[in-house]
Amino acid sequence: MELVFEIKGGDFTHAGKASSKIKKVLKQLNVDAKMIKRIVIAVYEAEVNVVAHAHNGVLRTIIGNDSIEVVIKDEGPGIENVEKAMEAGFSTASKAVREMGFGAGMGLPNIQKNADELEITSEINKGTMVRFKNYF
Amino acid sequence: MKISDIQKLTDARIVAGHSFSERNVKKAFSSDLMSDVLTLDEEDILLITGLANIQLLRTAEMADIHVVLLARNKKASPEMIQLAEENRIVLLETPFSIFRASGVLFSSGIQPLY
Repeated sequence: MELVFEIKGGDFTHAGKASSKIKKVLKQLNVDAKMIKRIVIAVYEAEVNVVAHAHNGVLRTIIGNDSIEVVIKDEGPGIENVEKAMEAGFSTASKAVREMGFGAGMGLPNIQKNADELEITSEINKGTMVRFKNYF
Repeated sequence: MKISDIQKLTDARIVAGHSFSERNVKKAFSSDLMSDVLTLDEEDILLITGLANIQLLRTAEMADIHVVLLARNKKASPEMIQLAEENRIVLLETPFSIFRASGVLFSSGIQPLY
């Protein structure tokens, strides 16, 4: 099953819609609750990242019998140093993002914690691609 | 502790999820930082917060948190109430500060996460 969602940069009202839908689908498929939580937290963190940093993005997920793959591609400023961005506490988030309860430099490390496989590629002033996979 | 007891101890008002007020909660976490809440490994806890926005409810939804207490008279918006109802989350508003609400509930037996 493939699901596709568009994410708008700066649109905090709708951040979480993709994760919410994916959570409902995984529940219907009777995936273990702890695994669902890991997956949807990673998806949600990725969604918030697009809303917080990029102009727009597309989230695509393929749900198979024993795994889920999520790919988030955005158009935006990109990440200058992916390794640095993976460090807990490193953040370039704006004040507005911090006021929403995010931007503490915990998003990418938390995606890593919750994903079985993670790949991040980024190009300055073009955008970022985050791909992760979890096995049920 | 029952949510209805949490309500009494903190002079709170339930604004969403009324029908789940007899649910039990053992542990709580107080934070305005949703990123921090998203790193918790436990579920079914009480979240005490001063952050009243739609992302609070999204965070609770993803983190499997079913009770949220808004401190210091922060008001839930209609959108927040709707999202809480959709996800069977009990949302309460208390006039107490985060410190006071946490203190009262801690001394009444609610346990910390860390």
